[in-house]
Amino acid sequence: MNNFAWVEPKSVAEASQALKQGGAALGGGIELLCLLKDSLITPPTVVNLKSVSGLSGIRIADGIEIGALVTLVQIAQHSEIVRSYRALAQAAESVGSPQIRNVGTLGGNLCQRPRCWYFRDPEVHCLKKGGAKCFAVGGDNEYHAILGGGPCYIVHPSDLAPALIALNAIVATNNREMPLEEFFRLPAQRLDHETVLEPGEIVTGVKVPAEMAGWKSYYYKARERESFDWALSSCAVALQMSGATVQEARIVLGGVAPIPWRSKEAEAAIRGKTLDESIADAAGRAAVAMAEPMSENRYKVALTRNVVKIALLEALK
Amino acid sequence: MAQSAQWPDRQSTRYLGKNIPRVDGPAKVTGTAKYTYDVILPGMLYGAILRCPHAAARVRSIDASAAKAMPGVMAVLTDIGQQARFAGEEIAAVAAETEEIARDALKAIKVEYDVEPFVSNTLRGKDIPDRVGEPQMNSRGEDPDTLWSQAAAVVEGEYYVPVREHVSLETHGVVVRWDAEDALTCWCSTQAVHGVAGELAAGLGIPRQNVKVICEVMGGGFGSKFSPGVEGLTAARLAKAAGRPVKLMLDRYEEQVATGNGPDAFMRCKAAATADGRILAIKADLYGTGGYSRRWAIPFPYSTYNVPNVRAAMHGVQTNAGGQRSLRAPGHPQGCFLTETVVDELAIALRMDPLEFRLRNVREGVWSDQLRLGAERIGWARRASLPKSGRLRRGIGVACGTWGGGGRGGSVCEVRVGNDGSVWVGIGTQDLGTGTRTYVAAIVAEVLGLPIERVTAEIGKSTLGNSGGSGGSVTAASVSPAVMMAALSTRERLAQTAGAMLGVPAGEVRFADGNASAQGRSVSFAEVCAKLPAGGIEVTGQWNQALQRSGVGGAQFAEVEVDTWTGHIRVLKVVAVQDCGYYLNKLATESQIIGGVIQGIGMALLEDRKMDNGTGRQLNPNMETYKVPGSLEIPEIDVVLYDTHNQVTGVGEPPVIPTAAAIGNAVFDATGVRLRRLPMTPKRFFDAQEGRMV
Repeated sequence: MNNFAWVEPKSVAEASQALKQGGAALGGGIELLCLLKDSLITPPTVVNLKSVSGLSGIRIADGIEIGALVTLVQIAQHSEIVRSYRALAQAAESVGSPQIRNVGTLGGNLCQRPRCWYFRDPEVHCLKKGGAKCFAVGGDNEYHAILGGGPCYIVHPSDLAPALIALNAIVATNNREMPLEEFFRLPAQRLDHETVLEPGEIVTGVKVPAEMAGWKSYYYKARERESFDWALSSCAVALQMSGATVQEARIVLGGVAPIPWRSKEAEAAIRGKTLDESIADAAGRAAVAMAEPMSENRYKVALTRNVVKIALLEALK
Repeated sequence: MAQSAQWPDRQSTRYLGKNIPRVDGPAKVTGTAKYTYDVILPGMLYGAILRCPHAAARVRSIDASAAKAMPGVMAVLTDIGQQARFAGEEIAAVAAETEEIARDALKAIKVEYDVEPFVSNTLRGKDIPDRVGEPQMNSRGEDPDTLWSQAAAVVEGEYYVPVREHVSLETHGVVVRWDAEDALTCWCSTQAVHGVAGELAAGLGIPRQNVKVICEVMGGGFGSKFSPGVEGLTAARLAKAAGRPVKLMLDRYEEQVATGNGPDAFMRCKAAATADGRILAIKADLYGTGGYSRRWAIPFPYSTYNVPNVRAAMHGVQTNAGGQRSLRAPGHPQGCFLTETVVDELAIALRMDPLEFRLRNVREGVWSDQLRLGAERIGWARRASLPKSGRLRRGIGVACGTWGGGGRGGSVCEVRVGNDGSVWVGIGTQDLGTGTRTYVAAIVAEVLGLPIERVTAEIGKSTLGNSGGSGGSVTAASVSPAVMMAALSTRERLAQTAGAMLGVPAGEVRFADGNASAQGRSVSFAEVCAKLPAGGIEVTGQWNQALQRSGVGGAQFAEVEVDTWTGHIRVLKVVAVQDCGYYLNKLATESQIIGGVIQGIGMALLEDRKMDNGTGRQLNPNMETYKVPGSLEIPEIDVVLYDTHNQVTGVGEPPVIPTAAAIGNAVFDATGVRLRRLPMTPKRFFDAQEGRMV
């Protein structure tokens, strides 16, 4: 970890200014500390966003607005979120360990960097860090992408993002708003970062539209270690039901692609259908129809197919 | 007395064999216990080690001038290593006023390396002839190749148990203070205070008697902390060079790459059984790595079964990876998993109940009885009626283990009783986390009839009477006999004084409830002590063979639920029937067995050191991606203490041995999918189901 100066901005504008000059944003600090300790970043300043007011509230108004500094445990336990936007609460509850959920924030969860073990190794100069190749290609890619990969094959680690995209959330930064779905960038579009964020741009919060409260949603996460783990594969679904028929669906995968992966193929497979096990299975198959597994992650194809199926069937319960 | 010494009947004891809360428990949970990590001395510097990033390299040049010039850097050593055989091997070291300065100074050291070719793991290295050592043969009976035609069932396959790590929560490290030109004190997180003192003396060329090693409490060792290690000797040299005490604790990365591991085992095997349900023959080629050394072997076939005809060739594979160290029952969990999986497959191939097949083949000893007992406890008879179709399927599996666990001679214990009634017991052992300090106090309290709070137990110092390292599950059987003998001698001496006070022969005096009594009269313990000489008394006890014994068996049953849609395996219950002899502390013994089972669950489901063949580096040198069980991975664990004799024997290692094998066999019972490769992650489940094997 390098020495750095500590900055306590009093406004988003001040924070943005400090970040433009190379500072690193501190929310809960979970991800920041990882990056600093492994010297993956060596910022001259650490910008404590907690000194900025107005980023840490949950507001119910024509939907629900969640500030970037709201902690994961607050999301997981918020009664309105639990009641009306179940997938989001489930996603928050699935992150890390209780200690991490107590300090980790919405903004940090959306903006965290990949967990790829080549990217995280300070001695490995991989493509994402400006190097010549992706070491996962021909390397140990057990946890890497089966969809959307290339030239870098990370998977996006966020649990909240698939749930929020399924819930059609809007993300707000200090200078724009956009559907969260458009916030993430594939490696083929942008290699150095996983989002559209420009220097000095700060995520200030997300908003889930009110109409989504009427949808049935669910987040299912498959992992090796139930106590504390990233997703091997996860699926967030939001279903607008008309009786037993799926009117409209949003299905988003986590842990299988460099960005939260919306599967329009899976959505098409259930739209207008009565959701039962075979239709759910068809959706799962559609979700992985275009999968291109690597040498060590073929298992993710069958797993993801079933993860989609489980999420859909559970959503109706 | 030595011949007649025996442990008191548990029916009549206050402490021994009962649930004794740890005497140091409150200090540990309130944070007042001082671990090596907590030691801070006046003027202390912080040491740090520069490690080679390459898997194989020679140092061409090293320039530490910039580091030496940094303010706060007080010592620099550039001769720790000239060659690296794995990524993370030690090259240079610094000591500085703060840990941050020390880490910055490491970055300022410029090293040029000549990088060499490397091989990172066994699965790659086994096919490269000059990386494979001469085979060690385990042979008996006929050549299996002449016997296959007599078989009613033959199974063949490839199996793999990966390298596992110790993952001690307290990393390796020391604080070293030189007390004179040739004398030092070393606080060390170790499972062998005397061993570390000897190695430091030899390594530094100073007299053994001038080295004092202290380990009050420690946060786990599991077999990796017998030696001061490179870090210990380096800290001593830095402290000498700087003329100030040095603390050098490794960080998690260093802990995972450089402080040892339990080796892996790849096996190609063909095995056969006869129609009457007997194992006929096993032929196997096994490969594993101990790191750069080609020394490697595991017990295979595991000795719990009668296998009349064996040809097993053990090949050590040289890899550019951290070296092996003992890891909780070295070799046994691997040998057990491989053997018990093959045994299970033979039973299935014969269409025989796996329990019945084991009963026909298990070696003479405690196992038959334990298997029947465990089967009753887990409900083996329910096995067929558990759900075997649909998404969630359940199954039960079984495996047996064996271990030594007897004591080592040579332990010396001292008991002192003051004429104020204070009692002190000291022995130069250490508490690896198993509760040693508690039973040392409890034995003396029991024998002298005192509340345990009135006995001060001192361990964890090399200046106390000799006792060996805490490894091989030998500690209880090494330490407790010496403590018992010292306690009995102390009581004999006090009985003379009490007898004179009570007007009875010493032999009639009984010590209980803080009193010495005979013939209906009694005096308090304190009153007896008041009659002792001004300096009190000091009594020494030696190890006594009659109080301990070696050789334990165990059987474990696991019930699992497999989510066939996700490949996730949940262990629902483990029954651990464990041979344990005379257990000193029931609570700690059961905890020890529970801990072993949990570590076995880690081996079964999660743990896998991954060495990358492309970069030569460990991919998971942390506790994020090298996964150990968390609270949700831990099932109901039903411990059955199987105490068939009245002598102390160790149970630190035995309970870790059969768990993974029992779980693997349960997964097969549940799903019909045989997982021949650990850990049994969703990847392995789908790989096996879809025909992608080792």
